Amino acid sequence: MIVSPPRTHADLIPQLSHQRRRRERRRLQIVAALAALLIAGGVLTLMVGQSTTPLHVVLRVLSGEDVPGASFTVGTLRLPRMTLAVLAGLSFGLGGAACQTLLRNPLASPDIIGITAGSGAAAVLGIVMLQWSGAAISVLAIVGGLGTALLIHALAWRDGLSGARLILIGIGIAAMLNSVTAYVLLQAPAWSLQEALRWLTGSVNGARLGQALPLLTALLTFGSLLLVRSRDIDALRLGDDKAAALGVRLGAVRLQVIIGIVGLISTATAAVGPIAFVSFLAGPIAAWIVGPGRPVLVPAALVGAVLVLGGDYAGQFLLPNRYPVGVVTGALGGPYLLYLIVRMNRTGRVA
Amino acid sequence: MTGSSLSARNLTAGYGDRTVLQSLDLDVAKGGITAIVGANACGKSTLLRTMSRLLVPATGQVLLNGKSIHHTPPRALAQRLGLLPQSPTAPDGMTVADLVSRGRHPHHGMLSRWTAADDAAVARAMTVTGTADLAEREIDALSGGQRQRVWIAMALAQQTDVLLLDEPTTFLDIAHQIEVLDLLVDLNRADGTTIVMVLHDLNLAARYADRILALAQGHLHAAGTPEDVLTSDTVRHVFGLACQIITDPVSGKPMMLPRSRHDRTAPRVMKPLRSVPTKASPT
Repeated sequence: MIVSPPRTHADLIPQLSHQRRRRERRRLQIVAALAALLIAGGVLTLMVGQSTTPLHVVLRVLSGEDVPGASFTVGTLRLPRMTLAVLAGLSFGLGGAACQTLLRNPLASPDIIGITAGSGAAAVLGIVMLQWSGAAISVLAIVGGLGTALLIHALAWRDGLSGARLILIGIGIAAMLNSVTAYVLLQAPAWSLQEALRWLTGSVNGARLGQALPLLTALLTFGSLLLVRSRDIDALRLGDDKAAALGVRLGAVRLQVIIGIVGLISTATAAVGPIAFVSFLAGPIAAWIVGPGRPVLVPAALVGAVLVLGGDYAGQFLLPNRYPVGVVTGALGGPYLLYLIVRMNRTGRVA
Repeated sequence: MTGSSLSARNLTAGYGDRTVLQSLDLDVAKGGITAIVGANACGKSTLLRTMSRLLVPATGQVLLNGKSIHHTPPRALAQRLGLLPQSPTAPDGMTVADLVSRGRHPHHGMLSRWTAADDAAVARAMTVTGTADLAEREIDALSGGQRQRVWIAMALAQQTDVLLLDEPTTFLDIAHQIEVLDLLVDLNRADGTTIVMVLHDLNLAARYADRILALAQGHLHAAGTPEDVLTSDTVRHVFGLACQIITDPVSGKPMMLPRSRHDRTAPRVMKPLRSVPTKASPT
């Protein structure tokens, strides 16, 4: 059917508002579908592991009842692991997508440009050298992440910020910080391979429910810092000049968004380690689902959670060996990074 | 909407240690079309960026209706003064209607909802710029001229009474240049929007602007009507170019014909430019 083009703006108004409503409805449907997928995945990981626990037993455990056997497998093993995976995934996804949007480049995610590495190195230093633990480690990780962000910002600044320069400097800083982490791990007295792997690739092994609280607090605090600015973040995609011309306070918004990103990424890294490529992948996958040019923050957070939850489950039960979640997500992210680099070679610019 | 007055007082601005504009004073005609012309790197774009709050001046101020724009909250300013930067970029895959809607940004707070007035403003902006038929097309897929009309539509949806444009005709072929400039005249006549634009082409500036500001090395060299400003003396001073000015038979405005070293009819121009005695013959 060929719709005749609207002649006057009176004809155009209903057409525009119809299309806008359709887009909003579609957006809500996508968010609802992703949330449903996440909830289904969460319930599944509580029910099915090496043994299968029926749903009604899982619900009894969740309501606080003491069920012999199930209380241990579901309440002590699976629930903390699932909770931590979801919270960390939400944080990585939201922070990563905000960072990519702010710097207008899919390569500019916190795990590529060194923020995750900075938080991880600070956390490992705190644990091994200072024998700190708990909330102090989260705070130290935030300080490390913020310090790294400021450092790459300062090094990349030359009469303004160029995305390409920032990314290249960030990759270098990330490599340096990762070697700091590796060195400190070698100095650690008696650590298991599992423990070390957490700080090298990220893992939710041995999760405790007590770790979830700082993560949840950070997600609510720093996440809302980003979400109240989502309209401004969206305007920034048109370029700094155009965003400023639309009335966005560039300096204030950028600072608030960077604090939000670092807070989310650092607390999550302090809890589960630098789970490879989740913040790098969540934004592009979400953009692919919601369609080009649409806001991605909330869908990206949900995609991040699905990635970590699914990756951890696959690493535990679906693969021939047991792998920490970071190995699985790393295997997913590697090819996408290669694709971006190939495209960059072809177009001659950084993404 | 009535036009607003925009002026600069004792404006000095630049980047870091490099001063580009030197104590500049100027007034933009209220409800008129003003063209800023000048050689490359003379400060045209810096002036536009300072007048639109993208750049904070070292000294002096920019006044919109007598009030300093650097002391106006950004969102309140963006409701009155719009800017189309030089070659802006749209995110990959964004549709025309979506982009034009972003022009409503300054009219919304953190929590406010989209209203019928927003739809009406977007629809009107798209109708007057002739982009209504493109509503669901992706920006990347448009021609240069269409794309520029879409960006102007976005600036219109912002509903400001002053619109600044940085070289709105760059990268467009001549037909699209005329189309875009005609559109700006339409807007100026219909809404009384004050238009200030940086233009490279002196003849188009003379043809479309009520007033021309000629910048040279960060100073305002000449300001006035096209007839006042577009003289061979000004062109020589501002561009270091010898030329002849005639009256454009189509528009009746002054028209600049540059002299080249290779013109057979002007053998004397073979000498170095600065020493050329100009034969100004203002018809």
